[in-house]
Amino acid sequence: MKKYRRISEKVAVGILFSSSTVTTITVLFIILFLFREGLGIFNSRPVENNYEIVVNQDNPINQLSARHLKDIFNQDITNWKTLGGNNDSIILLTISEIGNYYSEEELGANFEYLPQRINDFVQQHTGVFAYISKAYITGNFRWKIIPVHKISVGEFLTGQQWYPTASPVALYGVLPLILGTLWVTLGAIALALPIGLVTAIYMAEVAGNRFRNILKPVIELLSGIPSVVYGFFGLVVLVPLIQKTFNLPVGETALAGSVILAIMALPTIITITEDALRTTPVSLKEASLALGASKWQTIRRVIIPHSISGITAAAILGIGRAVGETMAVLMVTGNASVIPSSFLQPVRTIPATIAAELGEAPFGSTHFKALFALGIILFIITFVFNSLVELVKAKR
Amino acid sequence: MKKIIIALSVIAFAVPALVQAQRVVCKIKGSDTCLPLSQKEAEVYMQKNPGSSISVVGGGSGVGLAALLSGTTDIAQSSRKMKLDEKIKLQDAGKAFKEVIIAYDALAVVVNPANKVNQLTREQLEDIFTGKVTNWKEVGGDDMKIIAYSRESSSGTFEFFKEHVLNKKNFATTALLMPATGAIVQSVSQTAGAIGYIGLAYINKDVKALKVSYDQGKTYVAPAVETAKNKTYPITRPLYYYYLTSIEKTVKPYVDFILSADGQKIVHEEGYVPIK
Repeated sequence: MKKYRRISEKVAVGILFSSSTVTTITVLFIILFLFREGLGIFNSRPVENNYEIVVNQDNPINQLSARHLKDIFNQDITNWKTLGGNNDSIILLTISEIGNYYSEEELGANFEYLPQRINDFVQQHTGVFAYISKAYITGNFRWKIIPVHKISVGEFLTGQQWYPTASPVALYGVLPLILGTLWVTLGAIALALPIGLVTAIYMAEVAGNRFRNILKPVIELLSGIPSVVYGFFGLVVLVPLIQKTFNLPVGETALAGSVILAIMALPTIITITEDALRTTPVSLKEASLALGASKWQTIRRVIIPHSISGITAAAILGIGRAVGETMAVLMVTGNASVIPSSFLQPVRTIPATIAAELGEAPFGSTHFKALFALGIILFIITFVFNSLVELVKAKR
Repeated sequence: MKKIIIALSVIAFAVPALVQAQRVVCKIKGSDTCLPLSQKEAEVYMQKNPGSSISVVGGGSGVGLAALLSGTTDIAQSSRKMKLDEKIKLQDAGKAFKEVIIAYDALAVVVNPANKVNQLTREQLEDIFTGKVTNWKEVGGDDMKIIAYSRESSSGTFEFFKEHVLNKKNFATTALLMPATGAIVQSVSQTAGAIGYIGLAYINKDVKALKVSYDQGKTYVAPAVETAKNKTYPITRPLYYYYLTSIEKTVKPYVDFILSADGQKIVHEEGYVPIK
């Protein structure tokens, strides 16, 4: 009999051990995958695979920044003079436009003369700016390739334009996205924390049992609503309200995102804070009251200090929910990737960007890796928040 | 009695043979714009022809055409014409293909009903969406900031609008990117200075569709199924099916069904523009 008990105990320990091991390994594996895919961005070029930018060999320009390349493609820059070159207008050439310059016969039935024609065209036009596949830069070509550099860490982190579909060179600057995420999150916490704290204190210390028994399930119900419902509610109710209240041209703003996130984070904050407040031993409370302290003094001087670590945990978990929330924010913040200067401006957050763009980014492409790199940044932000809590707790 | 047996047996053999001729097993991949249409067409076709199995997946026009080249799909659905370099790749692989237009899709440019602007030229649209024009008074409206709404960059509609209206220029970074057409309709209906673009089928009374001119303002055409069909409305694009000539026999009955009166009726019901 004793033997059986020992065996069953060993089995139980084994199950506990293996399940925690599996969980840890899974988490590590996911982080590893995230970093492997994300860091690949710094080894890729922001142009399409195997594509090059070529100009006429007599063109004095040797270098062009990603921004200039985009401006040339947008025809905002139409003369090489603007870039310090000759006074010569820029002629854009892409593979789909070669058909405008040469007939089908000239290109050959099976496009066998295509490389030759491109070669001719680039040599004959001094102002040409061609964006073509490497495959056509064959043998004895007499033109110049403008080098496109790999994406650097500094460029990625401090770039002010997120433009993954820009042609010919995509712009991957995550600064507007990071700032957008922080604005929305901090706004949400600024709104949710005081309200959540007050509600939790009320529920734990002031409210009568009957009222509390109604209030608690209602608040917990809030966390069961799918985020897309919050998002739609925000778009239909909150966005027009904000627009009218502040007399704005557009209601999709960081503030709308903050308010929605605050509502979504409230159940987490209230539930955990209330539980923390309730862990205060009755003897402490009674001692305080017996010394003649009022109810409010007891709450402020005894109960809150005693449960401060639980309250901090609630705040952090609330932030955690806010930083990573995707769908609701995607629907109400407008998603314009500009650097925000106030709460009343549209912003684009990191999770919204990943959700909106991952669907169409080809597997393994530069864009795909850039989105994973955004995932790393999000991971680091939450990691920093969590470490801060540990630090605060350790100091006490 | 003998005659009846013979007749019955003839029917018994002939009917499955007829059904068999219509039985289509194929895969369709590509454009998300074509996706709802292909799904509906395939569903109706499979109901009418038991034994057929047509699977439809999205992924984008480029994905579909790449799959056609690699042989992982039978039909590539595309909301744009095959590009020259894609043709070259197919040619290099020694594969001949057929191109069929199955329907048209028209995009309407919409503004808030309170906006007094009724028409814009393509050049004005380009300036608005690339951020050169930022106030409605510059295009004949009230003194009011323009709020440009666009689809997310992953959408085929985004690509089409960029290519045909913006003349391949990039959207302004200040444009608000919405996750769905429904969200654009909602936002435009409640934002006074808004402008956005949506499929024809999504127009309702909460938004106002603009007349558009592609000849520097000589003629303005309102978006409608009629004007899209007779090609006077300029922001119209054909939706294509591409398949390899070598498997034409297998997919032909299905493609013919889409082009038939019944198939085109579904095109109309799903909010696209029929080809005839």
